[in-house]
Amino acid sequence: MLRFFLRRFAVAVAVALTVLTLAFLLTRVSGDLAISIAGPNATAEDVESIRQAYGLNRPVWVQYFDWLGRAVQGDFGESYFFRDRVANLIAARMPVTITLGLVGLAVALVVSLPLGILAAVREGSWVDRAVGLVAMIGQAMPSFWLGLVLMIVFGLQLAWLPISGVDTWDGYILPGIVLAFSAIPSLTRLTRSGMIEALSSDYIRTARAKGLTRLSILVKHGFRNAAIPVVSIAAVQLGFMLGGSVVIETVFALHGVGFLAWESISKNDFPVVQAVVLVLAIIYIGLTLLADLLNALLDPRLRTA
Amino acid sequence: MPAGRGAKLLRNPGFVIGALIVGLATVIAVIAPWIVPYDPFAIDLQRRLVPPSFMEGGSSLNFLGTDQLGRDYFSRLIYGTRISMVIGVLTVITSGIIGITMGVLGGFYGGKIDDFVVFCITTRLSIPAVLVALAVAALRGSSFMLVVLVLGFLLWDRFAVVARSTTMQIRNLDYVSAAWCAGASQWWVLTREVLPNIATHLAVVATLEMALAILLEAALSFLGLGVPPPLPSWGLMISEAKEYMFFEPWVIMIPGAALFVLVLGVNFLGDALRDMMGTDLSR
Repeated sequence: MLRFFLRRFAVAVAVALTVLTLAFLLTRVSGDLAISIAGPNATAEDVESIRQAYGLNRPVWVQYFDWLGRAVQGDFGESYFFRDRVANLIAARMPVTITLGLVGLAVALVVSLPLGILAAVREGSWVDRAVGLVAMIGQAMPSFWLGLVLMIVFGLQLAWLPISGVDTWDGYILPGIVLAFSAIPSLTRLTRSGMIEALSSDYIRTARAKGLTRLSILVKHGFRNAAIPVVSIAAVQLGFMLGGSVVIETVFALHGVGFLAWESISKNDFPVVQAVVLVLAIIYIGLTLLADLLNALLDPRLRTA
Repeated sequence: MPAGRGAKLLRNPGFVIGALIVGLATVIAVIAPWIVPYDPFAIDLQRRLVPPSFMEGGSSLNFLGTDQLGRDYFSRLIYGTRISMVIGVLTVITSGIIGITMGVLGGFYGGKIDDFVVFCITTRLSIPAVLVALAVAALRGSSFMLVVLVLGFLLWDRFAVVARSTTMQIRNLDYVSAAWCAGASQWWVLTREVLPNIATHLAVVATLEMALAILLEAALSFLGLGVPPPLPSWGLMISEAKEYMFFEPWVIMIPGAALFVLVLGVNFLGDALRDMMGTDLSR
């Protein structure tokens, strides 16, 4: 178990270091960062002074190790536009993104667990096919468009919910629903296949033979076993949702890290963009590590692997 | 494909619907210049935001109305089909080449090569794709080809995962061993024995990735960093119409519905292919 943990942890660290390097390279794809920062109307002197000020005149590998050394300590430098430490900016915006992600995940679980169980219990029936269709529709829905449509219907025409911002808690409802759509299809299918597998196993037959009620069999014996993969995929989906929140935060004007990244991209504020990419990647790596460990703890067969 | 499988596909309503939608979109994409009633780029500031002909205040001149610059919405929608289809297909080709090469090599050779491939997949999955695509587009200046390249270099992960696992399943089967014994070269075994036998699995992945690429292009264009204006990408049409959507909801409904229907059609096709093989790749 300890060996498994250490090995898995080493891989996570290696992936994180690779992402650090890629995040550094990301800002170099334009060729000359100083020209990008200076903008289209800058003179040659402006560009040169930016190069001096941000140390962009040093050799690339010196810049890389300097940046790497600071980044692993959580120091992502200073924003060109906001005139603040990047770490402070991200820390201030993170709660909104995390809240949005958790609301989205909660909505996704509330929808997909019952649907998946229902489809498994009635496998092959029209109910099963209907659930499959719902998953397919969720998969095909363009999230930014769904956001706009919900804004028109619930924000404007029915006037039930705020159109943008999160000044009140109900501002999270519409973006949460939209975000949930990206996770519902895979969570529903996984719950369904897990339940089908669990329901066809020997211990379910034993439970039936003992004369337990249908509900007790479904919940205590079936779902408990189907839940193992769902828990770990839910953690991974949360990571994806946080990474994909940039579109939804922009649509609903939620001031989370996705919106911060979006503002920074349009302002050529690259230290911020770099740091957001990095932080979201690290969170994802952490969540997948957690998911693997949970899996190993819940399923004894995986421990020796 | 054996005849029985083909007949079974035709009885699958999902396949029929999917094939109809994707087939129609392909035809429209190819013949777009010959079927548009108007030039999709022609601006007419006298006739802005005219509603579709079937709505109140609509005009029989413009079937789906006009946009905020007076351009014919139906013509732009037709050209948008072309953009979505071309982006979808080119992205799948790019990401397919990258992902399938990596997956097949990792699954076939195992060991260090496989460790490296798995590491690449893990790293790729941890990178927030939309954000990186936006950043690259902002740094390099967005263009049609840049969108294809960025999406192609970001969406290869599922190809690699499926190519790797399916290759592992078949690499020790008898017909592969038989090819070795017959003195076939590594290249021959990989391209003539392995690839054709994992092709149907890869076709399913191709539909999933095409759907994803079409959705991501629309999202990037919606955020202003995808296909540059005045090209009528559906995402860009929604973005440009957003200002007016509270007064004229149809301006975002039309391109959004087109996007949804096309992606749904591609997904239906993929799902029917998956059913046919009786395997679940959706995880």
